[in-house]
Amino acid sequence: MIRAENIKKSFGEQEVLKGISTIFEAGKTNLLIGRSGAGKTVFLKLLVGLLEPTSGDIWYDDTNFTQLSLKQKKAIRMQIGMLFQGSALFDSMTVEQNIRFPLDMFTNMTKKEKIDRVNFCLERVDLTGTNVKYPSEVSGGMQKRVGIARAIVQNPKYLFCDEPNSGLDPKTSIVIDELIRDITHENNITTVINTHDMNSVMEIGENIALLYQGNLSWQGNKEEVLESENQLLQDFIFASPFLQRLRSRALGN
Amino acid sequence: MQSAIARPEKLSMYGKETMRQMHDIGVGSLVIVAIISAFMGAVTAIQFAYQLQGGFIPMYYVGYIVRDTMIIELAPTITCLVLAGKVGSNMAAEIGGMRQKEQIDALEIMGVNTAAYLIAPKIIAALLVIPLLVIIAAFLGIIGGYIASTATGQITGGQYEMGLLSFYQPYFVFMMIVKSVVFAFILTSISCYQGYYVTGGSIELGKASTNAVVLSDIAILCADYIVAILLT
Repeated sequence: MIRAENIKKSFGEQEVLKGISTIFEAGKTNLLIGRSGAGKTVFLKLLVGLLEPTSGDIWYDDTNFTQLSLKQKKAIRMQIGMLFQGSALFDSMTVEQNIRFPLDMFTNMTKKEKIDRVNFCLERVDLTGTNVKYPSEVSGGMQKRVGIARAIVQNPKYLFCDEPNSGLDPKTSIVIDELIRDITHENNITTVINTHDMNSVMEIGENIALLYQGNLSWQGNKEEVLESENQLLQDFIFASPFLQRLRSRALGN
Repeated sequence: MQSAIARPEKLSMYGKETMRQMHDIGVGSLVIVAIISAFMGAVTAIQFAYQLQGGFIPMYYVGYIVRDTMIIELAPTITCLVLAGKVGSNMAAEIGGMRQKEQIDALEIMGVNTAAYLIAPKIIAALLVIPLLVIIAAFLGIIGGYIASTATGQITGGQYEMGLLSFYQPYFVFMMIVKSVVFAFILTSISCYQGYYVTGGSIELGKASTNAVVLSDIAILCADYIVAILLT
């Protein structure tokens, strides 16, 4: 579980986050949604420690992450996996080397154990046999899956995904969403996903937090999205007349 | 710079990265260094031979002048100026590209000390390989001078060899090594810094790469002056 307590973040005069408190539960897909500029990416970077909050605390289970020294944060980071918007795979390494990198750097596993673990992760993301390909030789969707494989190779307790569906077609997006959800459930991971994708919200949104202008304006699950009267949520989720008609039909109006 | 010299997470990974950098810097720059140094030696020899013709200074001085010019100044300074353009811009672009593609963030989240992992192997590799490249450059420059001056008939091979064997001071080789180590550190640290702290998009990355070369060149020339004062 990850708990954010009254998180504020300013860049100079500009206050990007204005006191966000929320809980991301273990074994669930926790979604951060909101319009561009709402502060989602900043919040995600604060959660993983790439940025420091101006004030407030972030708790990883019983550990106050914000109060830790850099060395202590490293210990928590060993339990974090992250999928980046652009996958952030290392260009000079093959798919196998990319996934194996955290094992090479931080474990004393034998070469065979590492390769077995890499092959297991590749099989889990349905990319068996792509070991020797370079990131530039696989599609965007496959790169995302390699990114997921790398993120889970060390059995993380916490998984962060920044816009996992950006640049992907709807079909591939669903594959990625389902993969993240299944991995979350299988391993009881605390997963936090930053997304714009409405399909993701309605498919895998087990705990959804809507950010608006640096504030948490709504929190609930995908079933509650349909019934919520929160205008900001409705304006964001059902932005087009088409989606508004669908919502009306779903509610039986 | 302080975090770049922190204790490595795993020495073998840093060693592997250092070897890769040594290959990239050394093998990757050998051809350009060889061509430039050979021509530097050739031009130096021909021009000195031309100026010495019909004068009071014996022609065998050409070999002596080419040798000392290459060892003291041309091999370390010009080679490192060239390497600032080739290796320095490459380092800035590589690290800057990693910053822009969030690869550095990915390493940070894994728990890797990115400054140490990305910068230290490059600096160590440069400190080991660039002095070797400079020695090769000095050697090839002297060979280039021999070929050029004898091929044009300005002096004989014997005269050139006699010059090479005259007034030799091993201290000049020490100066060359000191200069090459200092310049190697300058060009890698400036280039890595420019790449590591790049922000923005492709225009900023291009600027960082250019700054890496320009600032390294200026710093190398300043350091050349300081080292020359300190060691002579």
